[in-house]
Amino acid sequence: MSLQKPLMRGLLAKRLRFHVPIAFALSMLAAVGWKYGVTEPRKQAYADFYKHYDAVKEFTGMREAGVFESVRPSGE
Amino acid sequence: MLATRALRLLGKRAISTSVCVRGGHGVAKIEAYTLPAYFDRRENPLPDICYVQDLSAEQASLKEKEQGSWAALSNEEKVALYRISFKQSFAEMGEGTAEWKSVIGGVLFVVGFTGLIVLWQRKYVYGPVPHTFDPEWKAKELQRMLDMRMNPVEGLSAKWDSENKQWKK
Repeated sequence: MSLQKPLMRGLLAKRLRFHVPIAFALSMLAAVGWKYGVTEPRKQAYADFYKHYDAVKEFTGMREAGVFESVRPSGE
Repeated sequence: MLATRALRLLGKRAISTSVCVRGGHGVAKIEAYTLPAYFDRRENPLPDICYVQDLSAEQASLKEKEQGSWAALSNEEKVALYRISFKQSFAEMGEGTAEWKSVIGGVLFVVGFTGLIVLWQRKYVYGPVPHTFDPEWKAKELQRMLDMRMNPVEGLSAKWDSENKQWKK
């Protein structure tokens, strides 16, 4: 019949001591994962694209395809 | 006036508690929801009223015994007194119910029914799609997107092999 007196104090502190390190670890994991999974490959993709980018060639290609309004294909 | 004279038969005390004559009307009926209610809540540990309002004979005698020394009560009697005052203990009120199954089932059913309504609507309410959804038009759109080099770094044009005029493997 005589139960043990339940915990009356320090309930929030106990919860924080458990959950905050886990939350911190998961956040760090998410940040590191995003950096090396998304941003670094994206930076590399842009670097590779512009390493051998010929702007004039691209412009001529687009002009011949007829997408510009200011300059028509060379045939017309 | 007629009411008070009639009520004099009930006794003087009855007049003040039963009908108060004011222009011939009576006291408004006391609605059940205006009276204090019992509910089990963690944040309100001692409800306004006891759970059991109408005591049976043995419960009444137990309440009499409660007036005396509590050391004389047995454990079962103490539990019985607790159950008179309260419906669920704190441990019981924290338990989960099986209600979530009904909720999920109901939600899925309603979503499914909505799907049927949407299908019917697509068939009987909406008119034809615009001509810009024709396959030929869509092919011309795609060609124009590739011509203007849309998303050339990571997106659409990056996947197009312009020398061989095909999608990159």
